[in-house]
Amino acid sequence: MLNYRVRSAGCGILSLFVFILSSPLAVSAAEQAATAGAAGKPWWFWPIVLFFFCLVLGIVAVLAGVGGGVLYVPLVSGFFPFHIDFVRGVGLMVALAGALAAGPGLLRRNLANLRLALPVALIASSFSILGAMLGLYLSALNPDIIQICLGVTIVGIAILLLASKNTEKPVVNKQDAIGLALGLGGAYWDGGARESVEWKTHRTLLGLFMFILVGLLAGMFGLGAGWANVPVLNLLMGVPLKVSVATSKFLLSITDTSAAWIYMNRGCVIPLIGVPSIVGLMLGSLIGVKILAVAKPKMIRYMVIIVLFFAGLKAIDKGLGLGFLG
Amino acid sequence: MELFIMDTQNKENLKASREQIIYANILVIGVWAGIFILVTTYAIYLTGILPSHVKLSLIPTIWGKGVGEYLEITHSPHGWGWVSLLTKGDFLNYIGLALLALMTIFCYLVLVRGYIRQKNWIFTVIALLEIVVLSVAASGLLGSGGH
Repeated sequence: MLNYRVRSAGCGILSLFVFILSSPLAVSAAEQAATAGAAGKPWWFWPIVLFFFCLVLGIVAVLAGVGGGVLYVPLVSGFFPFHIDFVRGVGLMVALAGALAAGPGLLRRNLANLRLALPVALIASSFSILGAMLGLYLSALNPDIIQICLGVTIVGIAILLLASKNTEKPVVNKQDAIGLALGLGGAYWDGGARESVEWKTHRTLLGLFMFILVGLLAGMFGLGAGWANVPVLNLLMGVPLKVSVATSKFLLSITDTSAAWIYMNRGCVIPLIGVPSIVGLMLGSLIGVKILAVAKPKMIRYMVIIVLFFAGLKAIDKGLGLGFLG
Repeated sequence: MELFIMDTQNKENLKASREQIIYANILVIGVWAGIFILVTTYAIYLTGILPSHVKLSLIPTIWGKGVGEYLEITHSPHGWGWVSLLTKGDFLNYIGLALLALMTIFCYLVLVRGYIRQKNWIFTVIALLEIVVLSVAASGLLGSGGH
């Protein structure tokens, strides 16, 4: 009974939060507050708001099964008075910190696979450097270009999350030569089904090529790339869903490192914004893992998709200067 | 007997490799050290124990500008220039940020040693290339140019 109440209350609060974020009126009010706040509020106001915002964002991200960066960048660039250069730089640090914190547990349980991650990470991290440099170049030319591209990407991610039907345990009849040469396979213990699951990859070359695009987008927008890693690993390369999700999370700690350095070296990480964001999101993620046991993540996931749709359209609207969404 | 051997083999397959465990152990130490340093240096920054390079009250008036303009107004360095300003409260925070961003390179160095011992040359090369990529990114050669 108590468990049910906790679950209902938790879901209720989170649903309300996600609903508020997706409401045009709330966005308009937040924007007005941000504009007024930048001018009138004391310096400590925004870091405190940012800390609590990121704390809740961390909880929602875990429940929705997405990384922190993909929610952080569109929402903070829409709701807070910071330039998109700083939002992308901190967004990458947020995604990196979350991935570093999750990495040890995933590696120890053999859910994240080092042999699978290493070749993929090399490609994605190399191209995320190019993406970061391209993003900063476009932003210096005209920030609206980045805002529009970010909006289109976020809407695309929302469609991908809505449409992709991941497969729990894909059937791979024959491993390809590259997968075999790199030894891309393994086994893990499925606690739910109480069985050990052996796996191997196929279409490895095509999968590796896809990580070029994943790296570019991650670097350009500071998003992290869990939303893209999982479908490529699971649907294309035939890696079981649990291993895909875990390896993807671990991968972010490598991919985001290279892009994060590019942004940090350019001065895009301001400590006053960065530290409360990183610490807030990491604490939120820890709380989210606890709530995950009693919450219904599916409903939260759909609401996050709505938020992403709205945040993406808002970014396009802002970039084009139309003003339809406040 | 055959069943026993298969069962043992299966259990071995389920275990994380030695390199994975070492990687995980280094990561745990680095992450918690990073978070501890971040929180401590942020407290030093906000309480004003060390003076800031950029006044706290100035930041909200310029964080809406692009990074180039921000650096120009605040006379802040880019690249690794922050190291020379570690006596300033705001730049002290970069120790924790840099530690988090350097963790993967430390872990890869340990991996390379393990792969060389195993004579696993494919993964030795992959890990070495990744160290080069991350080191180039961290060096500031690519990212700290003009604004």
